[in-house]
Amino acid sequence: MAEVMPSPCKQVSEPTPRPCKQVSEPTPRPCKQVSGLLRLTTAGSVDDGKSTLVGRLLHDTQSILADQLAAVDRATRARGGSELDLALFTDGLRAEREQGITIDVAYRYFATPTRKFILADCPGHVQYTRNTVTGASTAELAVVLVDARNGLVEQTRRHLAVMAFLRVPHVVLAVNKMDLVGFAEPTFRRIESHFTAVASALGVPEMVSVPISALHGDNVVTRSELTPWYHGPTLLEHLETVPVGREAVAEPMRFPVQLVLRPRTADYPDYRGLAGRVASGVLELGDEVVALPSGARSTVAGIDTPDGPVLQATAGQSVTVLLGDEIDAGRGEVLARPAQAPQVVTELNADLCWLSEQPLRPGARVLIKHGTCTVRAIVTALTGRLDLDTLRHSEPPAMLALNEIGCAHIRLAAPLAVDSYAANRHTGSFLVIDTANGNTLAAGLVTAA
Amino acid sequence: MTATMAAPAAVGVDHLAALESEAVHIIREVVAEFDRPVLLFSGGKDSAVLLHLARRAMHPAPLPFPLLHVDTGHNFPEVIAYRDRLVTDLGLRLHVAAVQDWIDDGRLTERPDGTRNPLQIVPLLDTLAEYRFDAVFGGARRDEDRARAKERIVSLRDAFGGWDPRRQRPELWNLYNGRHVAGEHVRVFPLSNWTELDVWTYIARRDVPVPSIYFAHEREVFARDGMWLTAGEWGGPRDGEQVVTKSVRYRTVGDASCTGAVESCATTIEEVLAELTTSRITERGATRADDRLSEAAMEDRKREGYF
Repeated sequence: MAEVMPSPCKQVSEPTPRPCKQVSEPTPRPCKQVSGLLRLTTAGSVDDGKSTLVGRLLHDTQSILADQLAAVDRATRARGGSELDLALFTDGLRAEREQGITIDVAYRYFATPTRKFILADCPGHVQYTRNTVTGASTAELAVVLVDARNGLVEQTRRHLAVMAFLRVPHVVLAVNKMDLVGFAEPTFRRIESHFTAVASALGVPEMVSVPISALHGDNVVTRSELTPWYHGPTLLEHLETVPVGREAVAEPMRFPVQLVLRPRTADYPDYRGLAGRVASGVLELGDEVVALPSGARSTVAGIDTPDGPVLQATAGQSVTVLLGDEIDAGRGEVLARPAQAPQVVTELNADLCWLSEQPLRPGARVLIKHGTCTVRAIVTALTGRLDLDTLRHSEPPAMLALNEIGCAHIRLAAPLAVDSYAANRHTGSFLVIDTANGNTLAAGLVTAA
Repeated sequence: MTATMAAPAAVGVDHLAALESEAVHIIREVVAEFDRPVLLFSGGKDSAVLLHLARRAMHPAPLPFPLLHVDTGHNFPEVIAYRDRLVTDLGLRLHVAAVQDWIDDGRLTERPDGTRNPLQIVPLLDTLAEYRFDAVFGGARRDEDRARAKERIVSLRDAFGGWDPRRQRPELWNLYNGRHVAGEHVRVFPLSNWTELDVWTYIARRDVPVPSIYFAHEREVFARDGMWLTAGEWGGPRDGEQVVTKSVRYRTVGDASCTGAVESCATTIEEVLAELTTSRITERGATRADDRLSEAAMEDRKREGYF
């Protein structure tokens, strides 16, 4: 097992076991429950054929309907093209089509009889880090494209680093344009081994490599006859079968309270339910729980849904919790088991991916939105900057500019109940928000409380 | 106690359950963080599902915000009847912003082509301002249109209600940033990740009531622009357009003057689902004249404050 992604911050406490460790272990029973949906993202250098691959996946799964095909065909011809330009499916905005570039993340949907897929299609160049971080933040799998003729380029390395930084649990290397290298196995193997070395140095937990031609469809949806030496799954077969959702279920239980439901109606005069979505783990009837940051304790007396009570709720499920005691646990509190509770902190170390054109300087006053809690905060120090090309950390920088990743020490005006991002993607992540105009300034990942 | 437990199949086994939980989470976040939410309710299937999800999110408490219907006046009577029955049965609050009122007092002028879909923008924005609504739930889905594919789940609107796709906030993890300054508001799209098929599968699973015109019925229609339009005082049939009686159903519900019906024999949800899985045309392509104006018709309307 490779070590975790190097962070500019020193890890003060050892994170709980990496989610990836569960992959090869026997399936805990509730895991099956989230397997019907896979959120994925794509990354690739410009001209690696990403839009063509996305178009191919949509086309070959019959997710593009006749009128959409006709519209793309019209648009292709209007631009003087002759072959159907699959990239035009993914360029949705007027400015994108006019300039021939993709500006913003687009979400695409396709489904097979076994799974539904939500694909965050991220542009390769403009606003690159901002978009890739956005796409990777919710992705359970990333498809990284490499042009078989060029092998790993600097940008591939950066893409992979962002996926590792955001801890996307599954990474697929798609070696594209195999048709242009005569479907030669040695070329594929060379790229695969280079990529694997880089990926494991970055701490990518699991990786699969597939030789494809997005243009002609080889090994995307249908198995290619031109790669008899390849015995692995096609790209779609892998997407359909990769186990997802186990990570979140296996983590300690976290239930951020969104709001308190108090109907005060004739039918429910004394009802007081804590509405929320299980962020990780399994919430069970009878659990002893602690509400943090307040520290009040109680037991789970009921788990309510509009269809009636249930015995347990697993990661991802929205339910309403009834507690055995009248404790003061409202929005902003997190329910957890006392033995596996998050840390309550008033300062923390975090990696920040800076997304604003206004650079960050030490002393900045910001808002931190973490789970269902928003608190005022001061960025007291910048302690390092991550160079995605060398994966080395600089000396404390004077500032953090757009698309840079750095490490900060942050002081909070009120306590938060946090985990490290390495231990929990939900309770280890936060937004940094501008106090004046409300804009999102940074993606934050707790490294150590 | 075990006997009263809901079957586990009802929650958490498939992608639809995941989408439901996501939507409920979004709705609860907005109810918790905003002072004056409102839910746009057209009577269409997407707003029906949205309303159903909102009621589930708040259950057993009553819905803490009203509905708003921007009424073009070009309605299908079945949809208005459905809307009013739902509001009465569920004890909901409903605001109606009627485009006709804005035309009558001169704030809006009827378009030469008679379609009123674009005319909904001003009554919508005026009503949001009048009641100071700060979060507006809508049933729009990203799979409907290429501009909507770029939309955020919680999406900021400036003081003019406009959408600026180049200035959208990055939306990370499940953390929705709805902070805004006075005069701005957010549009919230809990069905962002749903497809038309997801919506119908959900309607079937949860038994969500929808207007009768979504199912096949005999109707007097005439052909225009490759669609079957219903005959009515708002613009049809014109000379040379022949009225015929056909078995049709609607895939979307909008301004009746530009919403087309599709030929269909599907009279039950199961038949509708079967029809959808073999359909080769998107719902907007099949039924919306206004989206055919240009490649960017929806983007242009959204920039001006459309849903």
